[in-house]
Amino acid sequence: MTIDTKRIREDFPILKREVHGKPLVYLDNAATTQKPQVVIDALVEYYSSYNANIHRGIHALAEEATGKYEATRQKVADFIGAPDASNIVFTRNTTESINLVAQAWGRKFLSAGDEIVLSTMEHHSNLVPWQILAKEKGLTLRFIDIDDDGQLVAADIERYIGEKTKLVAITHMSNVLGTINPVREIADRAHQHGALVLLDGAQSVPHLPVDVQELDCDFLAFSAHKMLGPTGVGVLYARKELLEEMDPFMSGGEMIRRVELEESTWNDVPWKFEAGTPNIGDVCAFSASLDYLSDLGMENVRAHEIELVQEAVRRLQNVPGITIYGPESAASKGGVVAFNIEDIHPHDLGTVLDRHGVAIRAGHHCAQPLMKRLDVVATGRASFYVYNEPTEFDALIEGIEAAARLFRAPVHTGA
Amino acid sequence: MPQSIPEPEFDELYRELILDHYRNPRHSEPLADADVVAEGYNPLCGDEVELRIDFKNGSVSDLSFGGRGCSISRASGSIMTDLVIGKPVADVRKLSELFNKMMTDPEAEVPEELGDLEALQGVAKFPVRVKCATLAWHTLEDGLKQRDEGGHAVRHEE
Ligand SMILES: Cc1ncc(COP(=O)(O)O)c(C=O)c1O
Repeated sequence: MTIDTKRIREDFPILKREVHGKPLVYLDNAATTQKPQVVIDALVEYYSSYNANIHRGIHALAEEATGKYEATRQKVADFIGAPDASNIVFTRNTTESINLVAQAWGRKFLSAGDEIVLSTMEHHSNLVPWQILAKEKGLTLRFIDIDDDGQLVAADIERYIGEKTKLVAITHMSNVLGTINPVREIADRAHQHGALVLLDGAQSVPHLPVDVQELDCDFLAFSAHKMLGPTGVGVLYARKELLEEMDPFMSGGEMIRRVELEESTWNDVPWKFEAGTPNIGDVCAFSASLDYLSDLGMENVRAHEIELVQEAVRRLQNVPGITIYGPESAASKGGVVAFNIEDIHPHDLGTVLDRHGVAIRAGHHCAQPLMKRLDVVATGRASFYVYNEPTEFDALIEGIEAAARLFRAPVHTGA
Repeated sequence: MPQSIPEPEFDELYRELILDHYRNPRHSEPLADADVVAEGYNPLCGDEVELRIDFKNGSVSDLSFGGRGCSISRASGSIMTDLVIGKPVADVRKLSELFNKMMTDPEAEVPEELGDLEALQGVAKFPVRVKCATLAWHTLEDGLKQRDEGGHAVRHEE
């Protein structure tokens, strides 16, 4: 293991705090990750030494801020193997990136009878925007189902991606099951039929090596806050031709070239999609997160999480009455373990674990259709990142045992 | 009980009476041929409630409570069955009103009529869990309304 968690943990001030008198065990990384000191410092540095609006001023501060903002765009492009910085649009989050594609591309190029292929494991972010567009335009949504191992059903991929398909919008990695989907094969099939591919990379980009040219996707959406970065910054990667032919998403300052009273022309891409003053400070700080992850190496991050998942599953398997969802093989699964324990509702478990200093997520994880598919109302979910270590699972298991004592009916052994 | 949980609010949330109703729910056997079947659902946390209600001479003569949910929602429904069975519909409505009031004010004095429901007062300090406690009661209110309107089945969504 080349990830040295002892050293890494020193970089994250929040990991030193206690919760309810216990050391914090943070296992809610699929929701958002903690931030290393270098990211916090970068944010402070922006506001204390070069805060200015970008692309407009001719003074030194504006030049520095613009330089840093645009250098971060290049860094993002390099991080995901994009051909050029102009492939990268900054948004607020994954959700906004997907909405941007639905509005700026979908509204312009889709029409009645066209089909969009999704899956039953999608986050609401990659479902609701398409439902709205489908209603407006008379499109049909098709859903690739999952099998008992939490993997996409291959026959559905073949059945649903066909002549009428215009877009396949699918998650690269499930935020509940952890399933890593065969997105290259899906992209190949989609492209054979002239359809485009949008990947929801909210979970994959932070946890796996991702190269958009290798995956051959047309759009990729992800969020900085799930990869050690600040909240309020999202990324949309898109092929350049697509960005050029798409309509603007929002309009106003910054995104225009020339404005007359009756009509305007648009700025070049990607700025055409960045209306108004963007989140300059957080984008500049995001740069530090990308450096941090690049220094660790995404291959190493992935290897570390495989070990954590294996160990977590090994420990959890012994809990009486537990059901673990998602692929059995850690190789097909990201650093996420969703589970239920008989007689203990996930919300109750979450409350008890919190008292043990352990933060997990309990609920439907913004994937209500998936909950229905699994025939559960909610699950608990532990999700990992670079600073987690196997010893933290002691507190997780202790908390689960305490919850079992609290909520299980005492066993009556008769005489 | 694990000794490692000293905070008062936590004990207030999971009072022994609540845990007892959760582990051993009362009137959980579904009534056959009930006069009204009322279902409640909270899509946010996935809690589901099914109430089957019989009426006689203007009173709730029998009531069963089933469904899926957390300890708070199950205990609230179970305590409700104990409290409501045999009471005139008007009194039941009054109880429901008092209970809803208690859930919005964790400091207020708990009226005597609420009986064991008093154990749920601590839930009011956990805003995210209040709906767990009120779902069964809101569903019951819908069931009573349904009876007034001559219907048999109703579905309530939080
Ligand atoms: C798979 C997936 N897609 C989309 C999102 C939405 O991300 P955000 O809330 O940053 O827009 C998340 C995270 O919540 C996610 O896990």
